[in-house]
Amino acid sequence: MNRTAMDLWVGIFVAIGLAAIVFLALKVGNLTSLNTVPSYRLEARFDNIGGLKMRAPVKAAGVVVGRVDGIRLDAKTYEAVVALKIDNGYQFTKDTIASILTSGLLGEVYIGLDAGGDTVMLADGATIGKTQSAVVLEKLIGQFLFDKAGSGAAK
Amino acid sequence: MTDAASPPAAAPASPTENAVEMTGVSYGYDASRLVLRGIDMTISRGKVVAIMGGSGCGKTTILRLIGGQLRPQAGRVLVAGQSVPDLDRDALFALRRKIGMLFQFGALFTDMTVFENIAFALREHTNLPNELVRDLVLMKLNAVGLRGTAELRPAELSGGMARRIALARAIALDPMLMLYDEPFAGLDPISLGVVGQLIRELNDALGITSVVVTHDVYESLKIVDYLYFVSEGRIIAQGTPEQVKASQDPFVRQFVDGAPDGPVPFHYPARPYSDELAAYAS
Amino acid sequence: MPADTIASGLRRIGAGAIKAVTRVGFSARFFMVVLSRTPDAFRRGRLTMREIYFAGVLSLVIIMVSGLFVGMVLGLQGYDSLNKYGAGDSLGVFVGLSLVRELGPVVAGLLFASRAGSAITAEIGLMKTTEQLSAMEMMAVDPLARIVAPRFWGGVISMPLLAALFSVMGVFGAYLVGVRLIGLDSGAFWGNMRAAIEFWPDITNGIIKSVVFGVAVSLIAVFEGYDAKPTAEGVSSATTRTVVGASLAILALDFILTVFMFRGIGG
Repeated sequence: MNRTAMDLWVGIFVAIGLAAIVFLALKVGNLTSLNTVPSYRLEARFDNIGGLKMRAPVKAAGVVVGRVDGIRLDAKTYEAVVALKIDNGYQFTKDTIASILTSGLLGEVYIGLDAGGDTVMLADGATIGKTQSAVVLEKLIGQFLFDKAGSGAAK
Repeated sequence: MTDAASPPAAAPASPTENAVEMTGVSYGYDASRLVLRGIDMTISRGKVVAIMGGSGCGKTTILRLIGGQLRPQAGRVLVAGQSVPDLDRDALFALRRKIGMLFQFGALFTDMTVFENIAFALREHTNLPNELVRDLVLMKLNAVGLRGTAELRPAELSGGMARRIALARAIALDPMLMLYDEPFAGLDPISLGVVGQLIRELNDALGITSVVVTHDVYESLKIVDYLYFVSEGRIIAQGTPEQVKASQDPFVRQFVDGAPDGPVPFHYPARPYSDELAAYAS
Repeated sequence: MPADTIASGLRRIGAGAIKAVTRVGFSARFFMVVLSRTPDAFRRGRLTMREIYFAGVLSLVIIMVSGLFVGMVLGLQGYDSLNKYGAGDSLGVFVGLSLVRELGPVVAGLLFASRAGSAITAEIGLMKTTEQLSAMEMMAVDPLARIVAPRFWGGVISMPLLAALFSVMGVFGAYLVGVRLIGLDSGAFWGNMRAAIEFWPDITNGIIKSVVFGVAVSLIAVFEGYDAKPTAEGVSSATTRTVVGASLAILALDFILTVFMFRGIGG
């Protein structure tokens, strides 16, 4: 094994190794996604956030526009206060509705934003007025059974 | 001790300074089992000295103490006037550049060619240009008579050839002191003669000092200036080849004559034979 | 007498424990010394490059082929389970996450320990047995700088690259099985995977793991080689110790790292 051949192979090895790392970062992971984009904060209050987690996506029309940055409980009103980090490139109207949705049956929980028709935009640090809490499956089932029982009794 | 013809004093230091001096040296892997006890040895410049003894009596340990690979529990080890155990890492490495060691069976670097083995020390310690390194390597190979083997690998060499290549490697930096660990072990009669002659001729031609650890009496008596006999960690006899041949010391006699039984017993310590045989068991 | 045997048994356990702890301490000191020789290992870049060749390039075949097979099996098994919940389209997510977070670093690490780790130990142990290390010392060349440190760094540099290649081949294998063989939608496969796997923390943690494993395997390999008894069986048992010790270390470190890295998941 002469020197040049060995150098060649080591060079090839390091090159494809680094290429593999880059491939993983770009094609398998989502490095190109918004990690260091300037952003502003919004707040939203919910009765029940369901399975919402930290760093869950914030989507508008299905497009990711930001991330959940903080989740805490308001000790006085017993509401969940969720902090959202939204990219600077996206502005939302004052009457935007924030809902907690699930992508698919087993999918992850995210926050969906529906913009309204207001001319005023939400500023940095503003609170979203209208929110829709998560649909809790147990309550839904309980409701269904209650309705069923009610309509059954009415007959 | 009769002086052999004194060789040219090539060393820059004081000509009366001994190459190696060991006083009261004791060494053991742990305190309870001493391999060497109270060794006193003086090796003058330009001499070829043999250290002889049976297997496992501590001969190789003496070489390792001289080279600084081991530290004595007691006593002084001086090489060219410097106390070896007290040297720091840089000073020790500087001293080792002036010492060449031939290991038993050669210890050639198996992943390099013969040429690269000999050039190793030159490349690591000097900035000589490639052409000069090449010439020096070929000179050393020529001195041991193996110039044609430069491109071979150690695996392709016979035992005798490997030993001579290792010798060429050891003298690559023209050391002032050469240490030989069992240079005659396992060689055929021709190679024995060649190695013995090389040791003597190199010592005289380069003006260096040589310490040969061996148990080959015949070859040693042909080439050395002085002998030390070591048994059970002590020096029990010493002298010139003439003195040794004429010695009446029982140990020296047993060693020189190759007698199976004598001060070094034939039987390993065991219970009396009659106690062990079933026919005599009670 | 039972009391005697218990006493001697305890004494042996105690002595063994002390010996083990001493060995750990010795290896820690050894690690420090090897690290201190790092400048020497890279001053002569060729030394380390040679070791990257022997540890990394020569492991390419086994790593990539294993990655392919693991990926294909993951594809088959994963699809089988996911399809029951109608989540067949998430196969990419399942395979990608498994490989990048866990299987890539761990399995590549185990294979590396067996192939390259044992080779390094055997090589150093053999050099010790044939007195080559001693000869180098006596020629005033530090074997730790010339032989040990380059092999250590060769292993550390090779490991993350091999783990990444393993993961890539695994994803490709799952793609072959899922999209080509079973017929899943290619867009769904890649799209869902990309959406679910984040550079931070998934991929970076995978890289961190493979670096940590690389350090562990390389350190154990060079230490066992350097510490081996200079006999044939000494080298052979050192090689065994490298493979067993490095494998256990990888699994233990994987657990510790996973706890720290992915603690937030599910919270």
